[in-house]
Amino acid sequence: MTQTSSFEESLAALEAKVEELSRGDVPLDRALAAFEEGVALYRRCQEILARAEQRVMKLEEASGALSETPLESE
Amino acid sequence: MDAILTSEAVPALVPRAMSVTELTRILRDTLRSNPLLGRVLVRGETGNVQATAAGHVFFTLKDANAEIACVLFREDARSLGFSLGDGMEVVASGDVDLYARRGEVQIVIRALSPAGVGAFWAAFQRTRRALQEEGLFDGARKRPLPAFPKRVGVVTSEGGAVVHDIRAVLRRRYPLAEVLLAPALVQGPEAPTSLRNALAAVQGRVDVVILARGGGSLEDLWCFNDEGLARAVAACPVPVVSAVGHETDVTIVDFVADLRAPTPSAAAELVVPDAVQLRAHIEALRIELGRRMRDGLRERWTGLAALGERTSPSGYRRELANQAARVRTVGGLLLSAGPREILRCRERMEAVGRRLDALSPLATLDRGYAIVARGDGRLLTRAEDISLGEALRVRIRGGTLHARVEGKEVT
Repeated sequence: MTQTSSFEESLAALEAKVEELSRGDVPLDRALAAFEEGVALYRRCQEILARAEQRVMKLEEASGALSETPLESE
Repeated sequence: MDAILTSEAVPALVPRAMSVTELTRILRDTLRSNPLLGRVLVRGETGNVQATAAGHVFFTLKDANAEIACVLFREDARSLGFSLGDGMEVVASGDVDLYARRGEVQIVIRALSPAGVGAFWAAFQRTRRALQEEGLFDGARKRPLPAFPKRVGVVTSEGGAVVHDIRAVLRRRYPLAEVLLAPALVQGPEAPTSLRNALAAVQGRVDVVILARGGGSLEDLWCFNDEGLARAVAACPVPVVSAVGHETDVTIVDFVADLRAPTPSAAAELVVPDAVQLRAHIEALRIELGRRMRDGLRERWTGLAALGERTSPSGYRRELANQAARVRTVGGLLLSAGPREILRCRERMEAVGRRLDALSPLATLDRGYAIVARGDGRLLTRAEDISLGEALRVRIRGGTLHARVEGKEVT
């Protein structure tokens, strides 16, 4: 998992860890690793949601080129 | 002869005749330089509609008392969005100019839209039928919306309530999504082109597009019945959600869009997930994660005694020591996780860890301790968990004893 991984990716990975833990045939080492990774993924999801602030950009065309400029929050 | 009649004097008395070309040029310049005649908006009924082989369309616009020639050049004719016929009530925008070859004042039309209920309805039905026959309304063409869009494109007018409403809903529900606003004209003859351009500009930069407009009259909403715009929506590489007017208004774009929303706010609700539900979902996952880890450890613990029967004492010790260390690590991790559920999970796991620790040097058996299990191999830790007459397995140095409970004192 990288710093830039999105909420969607982190959530999917967290769901996969829960799924992995519910399989009976996982070796203990692997189960503990999955658990640790799951906790880290949970924190990451929570952090992404907590820190999110809406960004609004406006698409403008000037002399044939498109540019995006940030808009003030309302 | 009188000396006054010099050749220079003649023009002063008898004006030199202009050529027709010169005169029409003056007329044309006069028309072009008048600010009232550039980009006019005219309403009238069409007549003498004639399309040339080259693709230009000539016609007249008239009302009860007057008539004016009009020309729609090929490029503009192509982007008309409906087929022009005689006797249609239309609103046209264009520039007044002089067609010098015939000395005729004409409007060079840039954009045109039907006006009046009859014309609207006829044009609407024509476009609808054509696109339906091509299969552009088929349910199979509709694409699912992305579950977690990173960027949402919003094509609508820049000012006004629509943009505000959409931003507010997206901010409340799912602030993770960035909003990219592509401003466009949303009414008038030039709106279809403007909307198409905005859609073309935004579609490669977002995961989903909302095409929206607030409520208005039939004429106000007409641009969303434009055939060219409908085709652009159908060809858009990302899903499009339409939200035009009020719930009762239906436009051609609504038929082509991947999803039709009753209002712009509803469109915003549809394109993003709800962060409140997401938070609840990840909390549930965290609890589930702890629960399954706990259950897994318990099952393994139960199996340990049986494992001990089969493994060599030194291998068993090593294995137990490793597992105990691992459980302590996870215990430490959970300690910093905080929330109550995780704490419970940690306590449970620390208990398991302590039991593992106690067990791990199987050598304690050498000092006279024994491990007592039920007949099925599950470890027995409390006297009240076993009844009189039940079978026991007692692991002690040198082997396992099979015993039966003959009496019990609970302390």
